[in-house]
Amino acid sequence: MIPNESLGTLLAQRGVSRRAFLKFCTAITSLLALPPQAVHAVAAALEKARRPSVIWLSFQECTGCTESLTRSYSPTLETLIFDMISLDYHHTLQAASGTHAEKSREEAMKASFGKYLLVVDGSVPLRDGGIYSTIAGRTNLDILQESAKGAAAIVSVGTCASFGGLPKARPNPSGAVPVSEVIRDKPIVTVPGCPPIPAVITGVLAHYLTFGELPALDRLGRPVSFYGETIHDRCYRRPFYDRGKFAKTFDDEGARAGWCLYELGCKGPTTRNSCATTKWNGGIGFPIEAGHGCLGCSEPDFWDAGSFYTPLAAATVDVTTVAEAAAAIGAGAAVAMSVADEAKRRAARKAHEKMTVKDL
Amino acid sequence: MIPESFFFWVRGTGFQIAVALFVGGMVFRMAALALMARRKSLAEPRGSEWGPGLRMIWRRSFVLPQLGFRGKLTFVSGYLFHLGLLLVVLFLSQHILLLRSVLGFGWPSLPRGVIDVAAVLAMAALVVLLVHRVTDPVKRLLSDFQDYLSWTVTCLPLLTGFLLSRNAGFDYRTLLTVHLLTVELLLVVMPFTKLAHMFSTFGARWYNGAIAGLKGVLP
Repeated sequence: MIPNESLGTLLAQRGVSRRAFLKFCTAITSLLALPPQAVHAVAAALEKARRPSVIWLSFQECTGCTESLTRSYSPTLETLIFDMISLDYHHTLQAASGTHAEKSREEAMKASFGKYLLVVDGSVPLRDGGIYSTIAGRTNLDILQESAKGAAAIVSVGTCASFGGLPKARPNPSGAVPVSEVIRDKPIVTVPGCPPIPAVITGVLAHYLTFGELPALDRLGRPVSFYGETIHDRCYRRPFYDRGKFAKTFDDEGARAGWCLYELGCKGPTTRNSCATTKWNGGIGFPIEAGHGCLGCSEPDFWDAGSFYTPLAAATVDVTTVAEAAAAIGAGAAVAMSVADEAKRRAARKAHEKMTVKDL
Repeated sequence: MIPESFFFWVRGTGFQIAVALFVGGMVFRMAALALMARRKSLAEPRGSEWGPGLRMIWRRSFVLPQLGFRGKLTFVSGYLFHLGLLLVVLFLSQHILLLRSVLGFGWPSLPRGVIDVAAVLAMAALVVLLVHRVTDPVKRLLSDFQDYLSWTVTCLPLLTGFLLSRNAGFDYRTLLTVHLLTVELLLVVMPFTKLAHMFSTFGARWYNGAIAGLKGVLP
């Protein structure tokens, strides 16, 4: 590919028709919750856009995010767009290895300093100087700080990079933190999920290319258009929740009838993501459609929020032992008080002197 | 929006603290009442304790015929509130899930419609009782801070729970956090205020009946 060619030209070379391209622009515009009139602007901007340089850093992660994004219902326009960015550094996808790989990162940073997008998946370990995850002998912390300097913006892909994810789960042996706790002077978009929805990445990228800025973000840095509502709000099983019809096991009558999975531990009500609308695997479905409750994978610290199968209404901690101990202490205190009272009364009785005629 | 860490605290440590204070405080107060040193009665008993004690528990459950309209209003509203609260607390499916996770066993739930009606009736009764308390001169004079505190901490979980079941106003996490907080507040306040009557009321009735029985004055 020629680096300076526009996206429109490249897509045309790949045999993507104008009609298909506009359809894609319409989809992205609606996903980003932009007004319909913006389709033309998105199309015009994307057509002319040069390939932005993207440096992808992988830290404490499982490569699930990359698997999800690259093996998403391909070949679609999303993956083509994904191909169209100049992915100058990515462990899993690049051909180069060793010193060559590191060199390509340094060159890309130098070539588009201040303009490249930095994508990070995985959390950053800080304990013991960050030695628990190193690349080419350098800690993740070191590489992140160096790469972030010239970045226009950072995209934290996946729950690990966004909120710490699995590595940060108690007891967090490596002292893992999300990207936002290391880099504070750059705009950061979080795209949480384990893994996140591929269309969100494309959407963020399209927004950035069209408007030159990042989309509207919420308190946790998530694009509002994708994380504005909960799974529960848009779940097709919601009517059953409202009517109090719940599946009690994964294979009872209720489960077969498609009733709400709340009692089986579904975290949909407290999870903000667009699985229920954007869906997975080319729109085939999402976990709840497959009969399993939402795990809440795009929420901070979802690993520490109790069992995946503990209903949201149930206690996530051991309350029974606490109650038993409290009952024992309460009963003990009452008995002790009663014994002390009795002793006081006995002492008072003992000290009591009978009045005699002499006293009078 | 409520931060996630606070939500986890309310569901975890906060809930443990509230349950510990509720169970510990309630056991302490009930045991202290039962073990309270009483002067030995030297009078010869004129009747038995048990029969009149149990009869008193039963008798006090009915409206006194000599009560006027306002007295009857208090009784009826009181019944409606207690019945509604009992149904909501013990028979809403989400509450049974919580109780099952703590007690280790559960029971069948009532349909959502029944629970909704019970909740609305309980809240309406609470409002009627409050209005009566404020407008009736005698009741107003008899009321102190604790009465209004009890009313507030009892009403809040009902109200927030109702909003939660309707997903009204805020997102589910915020509503659930607020609902759990109000429940935890109620749990903490209960043993140390007159709300402790939830356990002492029948014992107190029995005691009244038993004393009267010993004196031979109960019909």
